[in-house]
Amino acid sequence: MAERVRVKTMMPPGHVRTPAYLRGKTGTIERPLGPFANPEQLAYGLPADKQPLYRVRFSMAELWGEAAECPTDTLDAEIYGHWLEKV
Amino acid sequence: MSDTDGRRWHDMGGQDAGPVCADDHDFALWEKRVDALMVLCGAKGFFTVDGLRRALEDMGEDAFDKMSYYERWIAAINQNLIESGAYSLAELGTRMEEIAARGPTYAEAQERKHG
Amino acid sequence: MPHDHHDHTGLSPSGHPYRADNDAPLTYWQRMEIAVRELMIEKGHLSAAEVAAQIDAMDARSPANGAAVVARAWSDPAFKARLLENASDACREMGFDIGTLHLIAVENTPETHNMIVCTLCSCYPRNLLGLPPDWYKTREYRSRAVREPRAVLREFGVDLPPATTIRVHDSTADMRYIVLPARPAGTGQMDEDALAALVTRDSMIGTGLPRTP
Repeated sequence: MAERVRVKTMMPPGHVRTPAYLRGKTGTIERPLGPFANPEQLAYGLPADKQPLYRVRFSMAELWGEAAECPTDTLDAEIYGHWLEKV
Repeated sequence: MSDTDGRRWHDMGGQDAGPVCADDHDFALWEKRVDALMVLCGAKGFFTVDGLRRALEDMGEDAFDKMSYYERWIAAINQNLIESGAYSLAELGTRMEEIAARGPTYAEAQERKHG
Repeated sequence: MPHDHHDHTGLSPSGHPYRADNDAPLTYWQRMEIAVRELMIEKGHLSAAEVAAQIDAMDARSPANGAAVVARAWSDPAFKARLLENASDACREMGFDIGTLHLIAVENTPETHNMIVCTLCSCYPRNLLGLPPDWYKTREYRSRAVREPRAVLREFGVDLPPATTIRVHDSTADMRYIVLPARPAGTGQMDEDALAALVTRDSMIGTGLPRTP
């Protein structure tokens, strides 16, 4: 059973790499990708912490509800660990 | 008064938009040079790709609609190089005026004349 | 279709057509490029030779590199397994200079079709395939590929049956993606070079299918 995670709903301003359309959506971890420097610090010329990065898979039904073209199609995105919470 | 849900203009996934136009074009020399400056200055530690993206995002939607891709990139590269202290705004401004005096086209202005 | 910019009449003294971008009125942003390049060179941060070499390196990258990788994977099951395990290493094994690119290959099968987008900017496996096509960077593609991939695919002439699962990949962070298209039927006797000629750029982005012989 793949690990289920939810993307945080927060909407801070500034440079983040978590798309708005995924905020608050639940998916499963497709694979861990390892630690990568946090872009939210790199973008401002700050020393960057390493964050674990994950490929998270969402169903189109989860993202778009009734409006999904095909509910079982999927969307994969890379999300940093500090944007995810366990479900 | 204004309010927002916080979504920024560049964060386009899932928005309504028209048909995809499959046009493509080759790049001009000056655009290739912008690309090379991006890669080389990034590799030398003057900025990160996230620093460039931050500058591009902060330019706003107007820049996305009105400027070409490499126009936005040279603006972002310059913004990051200024922030890194690589050269000053006065040096840039002075040099851009000198370049305008070299001639009316890119072909004439692209290299410093010697002698 | 690529189109050129030779919309001026007449030839340069060397006998070549003028490029519109080089003899059109100099723009503010072109002056900025020249100024940034010159200042960085004069201050010793860059050399003109480095700039020229970087342009040559980027010009040398093209979808043909990816096509060779795909053709190898179609021909050599052990290579295909390595490609799916670690696509960056598999490309380096073939001799491609991809720098620090972190590449993931996603495989199309009879049941699954993969498609790549970058909704936040225009991330693309440029160190293997060269620069992205213009449409990949447009508001239309970036907005719609994640919500209505099937409609977008139809605009590219790809009409997939409902039974095929579409997997869209949004390049949001440090990975870049290449689609390993399914090998077309009727190619059993073809060698790698012939197979590579079937692999289009769009088939490696997932907005197209390989040519059939």
